[in-house]
Amino acid sequence: MLDADFFRRWMAATAMSVDREADRLTALDSPIGDADHGINMKRGFAAVRTTLEKETPDTPGGVLTLAGKQLISTVGGASGPLYGTLLRRAGKALGDAGEVSEAQLADALHAGLDGVMTLGGAKPGDKTMVDALVPAVEALSAGFAAARTAAEEGAEATTPMLARKGRASYLGERSIGHQDPGATSSALLVAALTEAAEAADE
Amino acid sequence: MKMLINVAETVVADALRGMAAAHPDLTVDVENRVIVRRDAPVAGKVALVSGGGSGHEPLHGGFVGPGMLSAACPGEVFTSPVPDQMLRAAAAVDSGAGVLFIVKNYTGDVLNFDMAAELAEDEGVQIAKVLVNDDVAVTDSLYTAGRRGTGATLFVEKIAGAAAEEGRPLEQVEAIGRQVNENSRTFGVALSACTTPAKGSPTFDLPPGELELGIGIHGEPGRERRAMMTSGEIADFTVHALLEDMPPRNPVLLLVNGMGATPLLELYGFGAEVHRVLADRGVAVARTLVGNYVTSLDMAGVSVTLCQIDEELLRLWDAPVRTPGLRWGM
Repeated sequence: MLDADFFRRWMAATAMSVDREADRLTALDSPIGDADHGINMKRGFAAVRTTLEKETPDTPGGVLTLAGKQLISTVGGASGPLYGTLLRRAGKALGDAGEVSEAQLADALHAGLDGVMTLGGAKPGDKTMVDALVPAVEALSAGFAAARTAAEEGAEATTPMLARKGRASYLGERSIGHQDPGATSSALLVAALTEAAEAADE
Repeated sequence: MKMLINVAETVVADALRGMAAAHPDLTVDVENRVIVRRDAPVAGKVALVSGGGSGHEPLHGGFVGPGMLSAACPGEVFTSPVPDQMLRAAAAVDSGAGVLFIVKNYTGDVLNFDMAAELAEDEGVQIAKVLVNDDVAVTDSLYTAGRRGTGATLFVEKIAGAAAEEGRPLEQVEAIGRQVNENSRTFGVALSACTTPAKGSPTFDLPPGELELGIGIHGEPGRERRAMMTSGEIADFTVHALLEDMPPRNPVLLLVNGMGATPLLELYGFGAEVHRVLADRGVAVARTLVGNYVTSLDMAGVSVTLCQIDEELLRLWDAPVRTPGLRWGM
């Protein structure tokens, strides 16, 4: 079972990997976006970490809801509302339970992903964060490592896609050949689940 | 790339402190990133709130004042503001007559303003929205995030601002804003990419002998690259693209807008070429504005916006305005 500490570790691990990979995310955002994805995600998850240290929600749902709200209030751009909605919806779906199963987490992330797709209007294949999150959520039943692999493969698979949503879509054909920065940061979020789980085993 | 900054992290806050120091007519909340005209809320008047990423100055903060915006919300460089800012701005300027959000059509801006609208309505503030999407370079709108909001934002903010100043009700101010947007088209070209403070190097690579056609205002590349052309050739190409999308019927407002690093000397020369092409095509120009208004940091280049107007819109355009970025008649 996963408790609030696990979710706090998940958010902290995401903050660390977003911080580490910020330059890469910004580099991916330069040819097809506006060169700010790394710095925006870094600012957002740093704020999430600070908030979670200050207020200490004691349920998994509470951690994710607070993290989502903080992202909406800090990140701006499309990433703020989209990542914020992903975590907030997932948090709401987890309710007040003190511990949740991995299957419940998978269901909650599914609800969060539905929220992202409704808000942003993106479908799989549009070259967005959805392309990493859909396969990851599907693979969660096979464990965090499988989800991580699926997310990373999903992010890589955005390279040949033609962007249909977000700023890259303005480039038309010229968006082809570049990996989507949002899918890449989504893969970092999913990968951080394995780090949070490994930390528990130590 | 040398920049006149302290550190990248504080560029927006530093600029806001400078706005506060330079413009006592404005109330600048540096911490919460809201710029409000000092006399707000104005009794009985519809308030106009806009905002967007920083790096487009004087848009939007430089257009706050009598006759134009009631408040502006600057985000990080090229990043839309967060809902908390718009909520705070709406609360500061609403007199009870309602608030019009003027939103450039970018995914981030739309999502954040929509979230703010929902929260403001929960608090009893009446909100209407005008979405600006004038950029003809974006085709296949069904398969993209849609046309971008660029130069026409200035026309919408000025004309809707004048309507609000006259005491028109919210639905009329909104309708006028929509009318301006629907009758406006913009096309932009870049001679160089721009450099964001956070990245410190150009956002895309544009070789010396080439120009980029159909750029937006966020340092994102355009749709097509060609060998460098003369000012006259660029004017031919640009006006053709605009008129193909919006066949001329009425006289137009013309905005020849520098992207930030192109000298006024070049902009005026280019403006002459645009006038030549428009005259050849039988389009009457009612008013012309030349300068750096909707910029993209240090990008070199220009955008042309045409807005087809009637007598009423022209009257509202000519109405007095007093803001840091645009001022006449008062």
